[in-house]
Amino acid sequence: MQIYLPIAEVSVNAFLLLGLGGLVGILSGMFGVGGGFLMTPLLFFIGIPPAVAVATEANQIVASSFSGVLAHFKRKTVDLTMGVVLLIGGLIGAAIGVQVFAILTAMGQVDLLVKLCYVVFLGIIGLLMFVESLNAIRRSRAAGPAQVPKRRPRGWMDALPFKMRFRTSGLYISVIPPLVVGLFVGVLAAIMGVGGGFIMVPAMIYLLGMPTKVVVGTSLFQIIFVTGFATLMHATTNYTVDMVLAVLLLVGGVVGAQIGARIGTRLKAEQLRILLAIMVLAVCGKLAFDLLVMPQELYSIGVGAAH
Amino acid sequence: MRGINHTLLGLAALLAVCLPLRAETVVAGLSRDAINITANFAGSEILIFGAVERDAPSPEGHLEVIITIEGPGQAVAVRRKDRRFGIWVNTDAIEVDEAPSFYAVSTTGALSEALTQVEDLRHRVSIPRAIRAVGVGVAHPEDFTNALIRIRESEDLYQLNEGDVTLRNETLFDTSVRLPANLVEGAYRTRIFLTRGGEVLDVYEQDIAVRKVGLERFIYNLAHERPLIYGILSLAIAIAAGWLASAVFRYIRT
Repeated sequence: MQIYLPIAEVSVNAFLLLGLGGLVGILSGMFGVGGGFLMTPLLFFIGIPPAVAVATEANQIVASSFSGVLAHFKRKTVDLTMGVVLLIGGLIGAAIGVQVFAILTAMGQVDLLVKLCYVVFLGIIGLLMFVESLNAIRRSRAAGPAQVPKRRPRGWMDALPFKMRFRTSGLYISVIPPLVVGLFVGVLAAIMGVGGGFIMVPAMIYLLGMPTKVVVGTSLFQIIFVTGFATLMHATTNYTVDMVLAVLLLVGGVVGAQIGARIGTRLKAEQLRILLAIMVLAVCGKLAFDLLVMPQELYSIGVGAAH
Repeated sequence: MRGINHTLLGLAALLAVCLPLRAETVVAGLSRDAINITANFAGSEILIFGAVERDAPSPEGHLEVIITIEGPGQAVAVRRKDRRFGIWVNTDAIEVDEAPSFYAVSTTGALSEALTQVEDLRHRVSIPRAIRAVGVGVAHPEDFTNALIRIRESEDLYQLNEGDVTLRNETLFDTSVRLPANLVEGAYRTRIFLTRGGEVLDVYEQDIAVRKVGLERFIYNLAHERPLIYGILSLAIAIAAGWLASAVFRYIRT
């Protein structure tokens, strides 16, 4: 069944969109990521204009993150204080990101920037996760007793001012690192059309030293507001949020996410992480390949004036 | 008597002037003068038909019919990629002042035979002529406009349908033009040219209105006229859907 998208001004198959939403939803439910980093390139691929894909994907992530955060609130695994600090950084970042996006769209380099961001970040995160989970599997094979994690050594981060107590995470640290992390992820959320969970989660664990059990819930909490804000910004400055596209994607997405979450509980954490790492690396590899190999069509058309 | 003679002479002279110009004219119709883009719009077909009206026996030369449909013009930027630091980056670009968002040319025979270069220049009939570009700052601007045509042709947005118009007894003609699903809103100018020996005898013009209707219209208007409300509504839908899904699945589990 073909459906005409009023903002994107293209006609696409409705079942294809539902299917894509469902598939990415299953993955996001399994791995606890938003899935934006998969969905946005897929939308480019089926012919949705990049600006519409990025803005609409932000809207869809609001839905899947909200669905996810409800479960975390029930389990009390959301650090609200940390969430708010990250959020303040995130909102500033998203506002900057939308402006950068508008400037680069006018310059004709937005495609390149989005793809480079994907390649760099997916490459780093995928590789780190792959190595880490491979080591974890090897360790569990060796069947040694689980090592007691060492206390994070005091470093430059403890020297920063404006210290704050984050009760749920059991941390007493400066607000500057979480603000910077939030800001950075906010910029990426607006430019890449992703929630940024795949960067936020490792940053919270390794940089801020938050306990793993509160990381996903807190990240989701913050993502709802940052992507929500990015949606509003895109809707009011670029008019690129397509409601029909968003509804189709999120119907598939929220159902998929719930199914994915059930599948996720049946797999081991290390297996789950290594699968996610492989997937991230595959997307990264495909995008890198496109940048390095001579494209079939050297020319591209952008509506509106150049410069 | 003299007066009448003079009048007759004058009439004959007038006819002599008018005849070569108005000897053959087009009477035409379209199967529809409006296209509504609804939620399940998947393209449309327009049937164009008509007749050649003439007061005298048909003169020498080959009679041809050329039909063009032209969507609203837009300014577009055509960019070319080049290898920089090992990756492919957009480097050069030209600005096309106005390129139709859709353009179809249907003819009875080869366009180059149906229309002379001069007439093509005057009426902007062929696809390259329909595009208005100023190439500044690049070596070969025609490469860019050719690329624009190539890309849009592959999307069925630009069509050259030579031989698609059937002409019977040099009088009745008809053709159908397929409009793809990814249409832009606006007035689509339809022109029917009657040519003989490459010279244009008559032109008939009519507009087809292409517009979004119903839900499509409502969403589009809301997005552009009340962007803040539209954005908030989009978020509300997203949050409601997220809540509903988790509620439904909780209910199924218990």
